[in-house]
Amino acid sequence: MAETIAQRIQAQIDANPVMLYMKGDSTFPQCGFSARVVQVLKHMGVPFKTANVLEDPELRQGIKEFSNWPTVPQLYIKGEFIGGCDIVTEMYQTGELEKLLTEKGIATATA
Amino acid sequence: MEQHTTGRAGRIERIIREHLAPVELRIHDDSARHAHHVHVRDNGVQAGESHYNVLIVSPAFAGVNRVERSRQVHALLADEFAGGMHALSLVLRTPEEQARVAA
Repeated sequence: MAETIAQRIQAQIDANPVMLYMKGDSTFPQCGFSARVVQVLKHMGVPFKTANVLEDPELRQGIKEFSNWPTVPQLYIKGEFIGGCDIVTEMYQTGELEKLLTEKGIATATA
Repeated sequence: MEQHTTGRAGRIERIIREHLAPVELRIHDDSARHAHHVHVRDNGVQAGESHYNVLIVSPAFAGVNRVERSRQVHALLADEFAGGMHALSLVLRTPEEQARVAA
């Protein structure tokens, strides 16, 4: 039986401790909001995996339903939905993102 | 405070005021900065009315985490997303949090 989009997303967030759904990829983000989240993660030195929703219409719609969140980018850490650009940026600025990653056992270069 | 009476910003303002009783509300149409996007040009949506920055200070957010605050606002504005609003940048604070930021 074909894997559903929800199963595919679940497998991705299970397999990748830091998983970013975005427009474009980490080298060439196609949207300023996606670019900002990439910038935060790179600055923190966190290894992360990305999926480009622009190359995958099923994923582009599927991730919105899966997360109950209408926009992209979307960040997952250890299978937990963290939020989009606003939330990631704010958590980075307040130090909460660093704390969360440490609690989840993910090493950062800035710690 | 800036008043929006027409168009999408006006609808957003009315919906937020009605449901969240904000003590502070700022709505900024940021669409012009994104007018070059392919989706803005090509899917029939007016260039403009696609990207918004909204700050809402409301007691309704007390005891609600970040993701759920945003989901509340997304749900209230679901028709706007369905109608071509593409991005909504949100700052959602309780009056106490806003006072700390302003201090």
